[in-house]
Amino acid sequence: MVIKTIAGALLVAGLAFGISNAALADKKMAPKTLMGASAQALSDTCAGCHGTDGASGGPGTPTIGGLSKAYFVELMKGFKSGDIPGTIMGRIAKGYSDEEIEKIASHFSGLKFVPAKQAFDAAKAKKGAKTHEKYCEKCHSDGGTNTEDDTGRLAGQWTHYLQSTMADFISGKRDMTRKMKKRVMKLHKKGGDAAFDELMNYYASQQ
Amino acid sequence: MAKRINRRNFIQSAGAVTAAGVIGMPGLALGAGKKVVVVGGGTGGATAAKYLKRADPAIEVTLIEPNKTYYTCYLSNVYVIGGGKGIESIAHSYDGLAKHGVKVVHDYVTGIDAAAKKVTTKGGATIEYDRCIVSPGIDFKWESTPGYDEAASGTIAHAWKAGPQTAMLRKQLEEMKDGGTFLLAPPPNPFRCPPGPYERASQVAAYFKKHKPKSKVLILDPKGKFSKFGLFKQAWGKLYGFKEGSDEGMIVWRGTPKGSDDNKIVKVDVAGKSIETGFGSEKGDVLNIIPAQKAGKIAFAAGLTKGDWCPVNLRTFESTIHKDIYVIGDSAAAKGLPKSGYAANSEAKVAAAAVAASLNGKDAPVPAYVNTCYSIAGPGYGFSVAAVYRLKEDGSKVQKVSGGLTPSDASKSTLASEETYAHSWYKNITSDIFG
Repeated sequence: MVIKTIAGALLVAGLAFGISNAALADKKMAPKTLMGASAQALSDTCAGCHGTDGASGGPGTPTIGGLSKAYFVELMKGFKSGDIPGTIMGRIAKGYSDEEIEKIASHFSGLKFVPAKQAFDAAKAKKGAKTHEKYCEKCHSDGGTNTEDDTGRLAGQWTHYLQSTMADFISGKRDMTRKMKKRVMKLHKKGGDAAFDELMNYYASQQ
Repeated sequence: MAKRINRRNFIQSAGAVTAAGVIGMPGLALGAGKKVVVVGGGTGGATAAKYLKRADPAIEVTLIEPNKTYYTCYLSNVYVIGGGKGIESIAHSYDGLAKHGVKVVHDYVTGIDAAAKKVTTKGGATIEYDRCIVSPGIDFKWESTPGYDEAASGTIAHAWKAGPQTAMLRKQLEEMKDGGTFLLAPPPNPFRCPPGPYERASQVAAYFKKHKPKSKVLILDPKGKFSKFGLFKQAWGKLYGFKEGSDEGMIVWRGTPKGSDDNKIVKVDVAGKSIETGFGSEKGDVLNIIPAQKAGKIAFAAGLTKGDWCPVNLRTFESTIHKDIYVIGDSAAAKGLPKSGYAANSEAKVAAAAVAASLNGKDAPVPAYVNTCYSIAGPGYGFSVAAVYRLKEDGSKVQKVSGGLTPSDASKSTLASEETYAHSWYKNITSDIFG
């Protein structure tokens, strides 16, 4: 008999010598659980943190109702694989199959995006609008309200969330597309944190 | 006095609708078979009422809750006890539920007749139901704390049902002299909000550190470990000089190893403000005693309990004792789920979907459950536990399929983020329940 994998070897060893390998036993005896919860049932469990219908009261947790489906899927799969950094979402996303993620994404993408009611500095927002037009509008069109390009929603999203996400992008903890990286880094070099602060105020001003 | 709801009132209102709208249809047919009474307006009950209306607006939902204001236990440590913001910061009204079409009745349910499908109240009302959802929270096992009873809770707080108790505890801490001792006696398992007593200890210490730095937090625990054990000990070490097994730091935790009675309460001396344990006696300046717990009173009155809690079908939360009565929240023996606010919120949605399905002649849907729970150990220092669950195919248990704790090597910025998320969690869960 040829044993091709370490797991196989352990399994055979376990069977032969009656040694129980905890990891193997867990996997082998993992209880069968009921699959097939509806999109609504799955999505309703998110509301405790993200608000009813994904409309967050903030300030840290983002609004997820009304995000683009592709972007939602990308986020959840990124949290699941660990490619996208986070605190709690990595632990949660691992609990869902790819099929379930699709279901949840479909559900939330069909809901209305409710802009956050939050404070902003009007003067900074005005400057931010110009920066947006120059650097971001091409993909995050219509002032960051349009997600048809499967981008994240910027206008009306909670500032704290946008800030921490942008910090992850700039520090390299989270990958950007080549297009985005070029523009973000150019803006960062040119305008520094102040430019991003103005941008955030612009997005916050869109209520 | 609460308005009586009886069959006559109901027929009148149903008749009025018929006359105005659906001519020729028997009046009763409109509402017949779609009446749900929800007993208890806490996290579980209020969520269930709202989500029943969302699932099927045709269901007539009546929520019966004695209090006009609900005070959340979650964040009461942070906002009131440690933060001094007053209990308004954890107060919620039932106006939001009324807007969803839920009929909110402020009365106290004294009995549920499972055979006749009727709920009776202290106010004298008898309310019929097709399905009843019971979410009465917890009651205390006063026999677990000899010397400390309901009357004594007027001077020594349990503060495990939020509201005036929470305010009283904060006031006592404010009045305590610097150099005093806060003596905390957490309950034995199982109990509402497993990390709660330890977050409370942290928040009292945060208050002391700022305002009364010579003071101590002494925890006499009948258990050998507790929820988020490692994370709390680590936080206490960093923030409050905690050293396990030592009396040196601001927080001192004395546990009870298995088989021992070291820190189990033997007797409480209310007037002398001391607690006698199997090991010795400790005196405090402010005491907080949290007795052992069981299902809320109505669960026992209605015969829904087996032991201390209510056995349920985990797919629907229907009682395994009485048909058409569902039990959710802390009172339910929800095998695999913690007795947390988030779990109660999640259970309520499962039960609401199951009740709506059954009233519409459909099979119980496949459930989905999540728990997310934050603790704040001090300023800028939050951590969490989360889990996604599925029902085991044989229905025997709610099985965790992913989740876990904040890692012990989490950076300062992660801990600060988690604190922010804890506040967001509060805003969103309370609006999901009451908004």
